Amino acid sequence: MSAVASASFRVRVGDADAIMDATSFVRFEGVRKSYDGKQFVVDDLNLAVRKGEFLTMLGPSGSGKTTSLMMLGGFEAPTFGHIFLDDEPVERLPPEKRNIGFVFQNYALFPHMTVAENVAFPLRYRGIKGRAAAGRIAKALAMVHLGHLGERKPSQLSGGQQQRVALARALVFDPTLVLMDEPLGALDKQLREHMQVEIKQLQRMLGITMVYVTHDQGEALTMSDRIAVFNDGRIQQLATPEVLYEQPANRFVAGFIGENNLIPAHVTRIENGTAVMALGDGTILRAPAATATRSSGASTLAIRPERFFVDTGDTPETNRLSGTVSELFYLGDHLRIAVDVGAEKPIVARIPALQRLPLACGDTIALRCHVHDCRLLEA
Amino acid sequence: MPEMGLPHYAGTRERVTRFALIAGVTLVLAFLVAPLFIVVPLSFNNDPFFSFPIHTYSLRWFRDFFSNTRWIAALENSVVTAVFTTVIASTLGTMAALGLARPNFPCRRAVMALLISPMIVPIVIVAVGDYLLFGFFGLTNTRTGLVLAHTALAAPFVVITVSATLSTYDPVLTRAARSLGASPLAAFRRVTLPVILPGVVAGAVFAFATSFDEVVVALFMTSAEQRTLPVQMFSGIRDQINPTIMAAATLLLALSTALFVTVAWLSARARRVKT
Repeated sequence: MSAVASASFRVRVGDADAIMDATSFVRFEGVRKSYDGKQFVVDDLNLAVRKGEFLTMLGPSGSGKTTSLMMLGGFEAPTFGHIFLDDEPVERLPPEKRNIGFVFQNYALFPHMTVAENVAFPLRYRGIKGRAAAGRIAKALAMVHLGHLGERKPSQLSGGQQQRVALARALVFDPTLVLMDEPLGALDKQLREHMQVEIKQLQRMLGITMVYVTHDQGEALTMSDRIAVFNDGRIQQLATPEVLYEQPANRFVAGFIGENNLIPAHVTRIENGTAVMALGDGTILRAPAATATRSSGASTLAIRPERFFVDTGDTPETNRLSGTVSELFYLGDHLRIAVDVGAEKPIVARIPALQRLPLACGDTIALRCHVHDCRLLEA
Repeated sequence: MPEMGLPHYAGTRERVTRFALIAGVTLVLAFLVAPLFIVVPLSFNNDPFFSFPIHTYSLRWFRDFFSNTRWIAALENSVVTAVFTTVIASTLGTMAALGLARPNFPCRRAVMALLISPMIVPIVIVAVGDYLLFGFFGLTNTRTGLVLAHTALAAPFVVITVSATLSTYDPVLTRAARSLGASPLAAFRRVTLPVILPGVVAGAVFAFATSFDEVVVALFMTSAEQRTLPVQMFSGIRDQINPTIMAAATLLLALSTALFVTVAWLSARARRVKT
């Protein structure tokens, strides 16, 4: 992790390190999974989830995140490696013996049972009957604001309500671990954002450990304590949302989380922890050098669109990129512009609308950004 | 029906074509149900011959049917055989369909074709084959033999109807049940089976009807003791022409109709549950 991060950041990183020392509740150790014996969908997965943590597995489809979740839930067996739940190996334990709450993508409510019967289902296998069961069911349904719909059939509910029933059913038996596989994928945007907050609140209130799978990075950033970014069957980076956004470990993470300008650059030298590099057209740029940065060679510079500003004065400690505006979109709160500079692709920048710049396509413009907002990655 | 469901811009040619279509379909449907209009009225005819017009109606042939021990024994044989066939074929057929629905089932098409083959192989061939094979095991002229032969004929219907229902069944439901604490068997009993039940019941009805109507295999496999209703009717027509056969036919028809109405009602109900 970069030592040049701002002070507020260093505190955050420190917090994360402190939690990392606590005992893990779920542990993947060298887990690999292959269906055909040739290609590994999950390759060397090592991951520890802490008690009470909200951990998200984020990645594009086919990155291995769902397979990892299914192995934890007991629906797939690892080809190699071990999975521990509360320090007990669980590879040989069938799903029904793991006591894990699971919320599936399309809710998987039992269509022939009422809402109350759906929620009662897990209680039956835990010997909870009669009045005790009724109390639990009422409490679980009230928790997801569906107390009045117990007698309905799932088909009579809206998508959002079905999602809540699935949640109540996965929580009613007080599991210590809850897994969710893209549970909000089928909901519209507004409802999805509402449910994100609600699930997060429930998780905090009940103190349960949650492993959540999604391909929606906004969802992951909103809800998670930590995010494991998956690609090609491997974890690319495991960190808090802030660290992922500010200090992506590689090009994949930098491009996947939020928007980023990934500029190919050539490091020419390192001066006092600052790497100096040149673009194709000779523009000199500076960025904090990572510990692994070699003093010369090809690399990638990542700069977020919102970190650019337009400044005619010569601000110290900044990089300057000038070029012509090739695209311009007015988006209410900001202007989104593409600027052709000396790099392969145009640079995308978000300029706050309150600057009221009289910009038009074809204008020449100088974009600036602070050196500490630039991140140097391997090529 | 001046419009006959045609759009307002239809010309003479379209009208003529449409009329021909309706007339053709009506003829085909009439041809299909015509035998019923002969059999059912004749079973209520008071005269002991198969002749129209009918002068007086009576229930004497039904009375005759229910007072004749041969007919009653045949009915009993048919019902018992059909019930056993239904139970065995439904169980085996459902299990086969469940197995075939698994994503990693090897040679699915070949196994499916093999299971369905009794529907395609000419029934006389099946009957002769069964006769020779069962003779070897001493199963000819036994009710067990007849039930086994009928099960082979009836099971394909169950495999087909249950497979059709399973194709709309979301296997994640089973996973959900398992994650909530149900063993594989409990998940099947409390989630899978109730959801696919309309398919199983439809298959069972077809299985029952298959066994109850079947005459060729039954002719080969039964002696007077296990004689089923269709066999009794067949020999009745050969030996002595008697309107009691018409009463038996009407009873068979009523039962089949009741069964298929049940299936239609069940599948309509299943559709309502799903949406």
